[in-house]
Amino acid sequence: MAAPLTLLLVVAVTIRAALFRSSLADLIAERVEVVSPLNAWKRVVEGLALLDLGISPYSGDVFHETPLIIYLFHFLVDYAEITFMVSRKFVSSFRKQKYALEADRYPLDCLELIRSPKEMYYIPLKVAMFYLLNPFTILSCVAKSTCGLNNAVIALFILCTIKGSALLSAIFLALATYQSVYPLTLFAPALLYLLQRLYIPVNIRRPSFWWYTLQYAFMYLGSLFVIICLSFFLLGTWDFLPSVYGFILSVPDLTPNIGLFWYFFAEMFEHFRLFFLCVFQINVFFYTIPLSIKLKEHPVFLIFMQLAVISIFKSYPTVGDIALYLAFLPVWSHLYRFLRNVFLVSCVLLACSALFPVLWHLWIYAGSANSNFYYAITLLFNVAQILLVSDYFYAYLRREYHLTHGLYLKRKDGSEATLVLK
Amino acid sequence: MGLLSDPNRRRALISMLTRLNAPICVVCYMAGVAWFMGLAFEPFTLRTYMSENAMGSTMVEERFPAGERALATGREFAAHKKKVGGMPVDWLVKTMQSQGLEVFTQRFSRTLPFPDENKERYVVEGTNVYGILRAPRAPRTEALVLSAPCSPGNNNNQAVGLLLGLSQYFRNQIYWAKDIIFLVNEHDLIGMQAWLEGYHHTNTTGMDWSPLQGRGGSIQAALSLELSSDVITSLDLVLEGLNGQLPNLDLANLFYAFCQKIGVLCTIQGKLQRDDWDTASGYSHAVQTMMLMVLKQASGRPWGDHGLFLRYHIEAASIKGINSFRQYKTDATTIGRLLEGMFRKLNNLLERLHQSYFFYLMPSLSRFVSIGYYMPAFGLLAVILLLRALDLWVQLSALPSRTEDGIADIEQVSQTHLGVLSVLTPLVISHLTGVALYTLPIRSQEMAVEHFPVFETEAVVLTAIAIYTAGLALPHNTHRLVSGEGTEQGWRVLKLVAVLYLAVLLGCTALINFSLGFILALTLVPLAAFITPHVPKLLSALFMVLLSPGCTLFFSIFFFQELQETPVNLQEGWVLFLSVISQGILDHSLYGSLVYPLVALLVYPCWLLFWNILFWK
Repeated sequence: MAAPLTLLLVVAVTIRAALFRSSLADLIAERVEVVSPLNAWKRVVEGLALLDLGISPYSGDVFHETPLIIYLFHFLVDYAEITFMVSRKFVSSFRKQKYALEADRYPLDCLELIRSPKEMYYIPLKVAMFYLLNPFTILSCVAKSTCGLNNAVIALFILCTIKGSALLSAIFLALATYQSVYPLTLFAPALLYLLQRLYIPVNIRRPSFWWYTLQYAFMYLGSLFVIICLSFFLLGTWDFLPSVYGFILSVPDLTPNIGLFWYFFAEMFEHFRLFFLCVFQINVFFYTIPLSIKLKEHPVFLIFMQLAVISIFKSYPTVGDIALYLAFLPVWSHLYRFLRNVFLVSCVLLACSALFPVLWHLWIYAGSANSNFYYAITLLFNVAQILLVSDYFYAYLRREYHLTHGLYLKRKDGSEATLVLK
Repeated sequence: MGLLSDPNRRRALISMLTRLNAPICVVCYMAGVAWFMGLAFEPFTLRTYMSENAMGSTMVEERFPAGERALATGREFAAHKKKVGGMPVDWLVKTMQSQGLEVFTQRFSRTLPFPDENKERYVVEGTNVYGILRAPRAPRTEALVLSAPCSPGNNNNQAVGLLLGLSQYFRNQIYWAKDIIFLVNEHDLIGMQAWLEGYHHTNTTGMDWSPLQGRGGSIQAALSLELSSDVITSLDLVLEGLNGQLPNLDLANLFYAFCQKIGVLCTIQGKLQRDDWDTASGYSHAVQTMMLMVLKQASGRPWGDHGLFLRYHIEAASIKGINSFRQYKTDATTIGRLLEGMFRKLNNLLERLHQSYFFYLMPSLSRFVSIGYYMPAFGLLAVILLLRALDLWVQLSALPSRTEDGIADIEQVSQTHLGVLSVLTPLVISHLTGVALYTLPIRSQEMAVEHFPVFETEAVVLTAIAIYTAGLALPHNTHRLVSGEGTEQGWRVLKLVAVLYLAVLLGCTALINFSLGFILALTLVPLAAFITPHVPKLLSALFMVLLSPGCTLFFSIFFFQELQETPVNLQEGWVLFLSVISQGILDHSLYGSLVYPLVALLVYPCWLLFWNILFWK
């Protein structure tokens, strides 16, 4: 187990190092699919320069990272490349442990649908492979997008949650929220998981449920408060609040990206802006409620769903965010036989990834296409992602159904039955 | 969403698609070809019309009077050119300065990667001369360019003469709202490349040039003039630029409108337009014109000096004067008036040309086919690939029998593991062959010249052909190194990957350069659709080689020559084939044309994958 993982790490680091040194690195760092205004390395450098000159990095409209990141890089700026690589390694190695732990959970499930131990054994490796060798991750690493750090924080949060340490989990969740607001929705699955671990039933009439929820919420809000105050004391102003969270929530920067926001808000009349801003942003948060109710027994799957929803509906998505939830797919390899559109979806995702740069070239450089072409592909890409996620959701529910009713369903008259989703 | 969620309907659809796969594919292919041929049929095409308001309704008067004097200037230029033995820089500077232009020069030098035998040049050094007529009526933020090449021999002297005549006449007019740049470029496209790079402060090809001392505003449009005789019978419009990029259709409309107004015969691809679209000969004439455009666009070369402007988002076209044996002649004054009219209309532009189409084909100068009409032809071909992929996917998911115990599952897992490896090896090896095809010809020319009795150019071309042919022998059966023996499942996985790869590749190519994508699809799609290890080996191998990208190029040359009414025999065709390859490699290293790297790094490896499947054992 250790040997293949080491090999994998070496390969992954070699690819990144080779790309760093090649002339492609600059090209990749400019791609809008890979970097967003939030996490572009160029902007971080700009913020650092402003900080060195004794000016608030948030004056002007360039830098939108959180204060802690800038201080982190302040010390690390010379070793930036190494830092990025290290953060990747962190992600992968924690992943590995996480799934080693998770592996203990599943064999409780029944009959033929459970995975064989041998397969379980390979899952951490597969996850690490999916993440480290995913071209999306490689691209966003080579572009030195700070998205890698966000992913690392979220991975740490998942790891701590699964290990059952409530305090660490709350701290990392607070850190992730502090970085990009949206991981706020991961609060629900984390809570559900921790409750499940302690055998506390999710029942609103039980005081023990409320007591634990309060505890966890307190830890989370407390650490969030501490982190934000720390940022204030480091910088001495509250400038960062509108510049980071205002920027994320009100979407003033309409640079094209792979998300859904830019085109709509570029085309929209100004007086509708606030209304549609709410409609668009609510998407990320709203699905938490129905999903938590439906998946309250399966918090880990809920985490996956939430991550996917965040990366589809967030205001400045990059391919790095997508890579994060794609890395979960090997964990659900037992759902494979219930998936319906995987061929269609993977073809569309593949074609879209190839078409992004082509249409960008036609629009920006050749001038012969226009933004509609690019947005059409963005739309298709997101539809494919939504199909993928809903397909996994359906497969998961169907597996649950089969676990209770048996795999081969019979009609009342004895003929073979099929399940239809209406 | 019934189709996506209802298993019964899905099953019915999928079983229909797999059962009728072959007939559907054949029908799609024929429909695609028929659609494409139908594009030249006049009732199916649209008449060109001026979309740009600023150029449409505003009437301008053309009063250029000095055609004879321009020709005299041209003769003077020719005399000075002969005396200096190249570009008469001093004379040009003096002449332009005496007209009251701001005159600047730019020196450039470039060593080609290997000697260009068509134009007999290796180390190129030259000077561009340009004069700027500053706009008297506006803040000088925009500019127009009129260029004429200084060609070796007796070519294009009249073009330079007319350019100087026009500059003198334009200088005395007061209505210019955009700077007008009069450019005389040496060494045709190389000079143009140096000037454009200097103007835009970029250096994409590693050329040496001295920085420009003077600039106008951002260039809105450019015309390049080629004229080699005192009188002409017709004017030919050339649109195809680098990588098959075309200028906005309004530029062609503008040219056509003025030709109609002034009464000059105008052609595209050297073909006049005919009115008898309903006769067979009229239709075949339109098809020939369109096919010439398709072939020229597919080559990805700039077909005139305007070709490099397009890369900088500048609408540009070349206008060539043609003198044939027809009776009806046009003199220089009339051409001058035509250019004056075009420039005055361009001068009225309020924003860049963007109203009309950028993606089009022209079966005649007055008719065009837009992207919405021609894309379905390509789409019908691409659908075949997707259908085949779907068929393979269904076969692959049906193959492993769904056993109930876990043991079989593990075996399957190890099998798919091997499947992945046996797919990865051919992929890597064929791409390495592609990389060799891309890098080695230029790198190894010295070695080849040392060991074989050939010139550098021949060495490069022959190395390329040698690597191309060696690739056929090299990669097949490589999967055996890994898995011992190729499995049924193995080639299906490989073919699925290859078919999807080809579909994405052709789709992207067709978006950037429709003609190239379509020609490649026409040859590669049937091959991708039918190839399996179980078809008769020898026959299919022959068929595959005939449909390979290299042979496609070979046939295209014959076809092109046939359309141009200068048919060649096999011997001449071969020589032409070699020179076209060398030109392709040169275009890539000089101007950044993408056709050669595309074919070498992506299309050829993809074709090798299918070759690999054929010899799967």
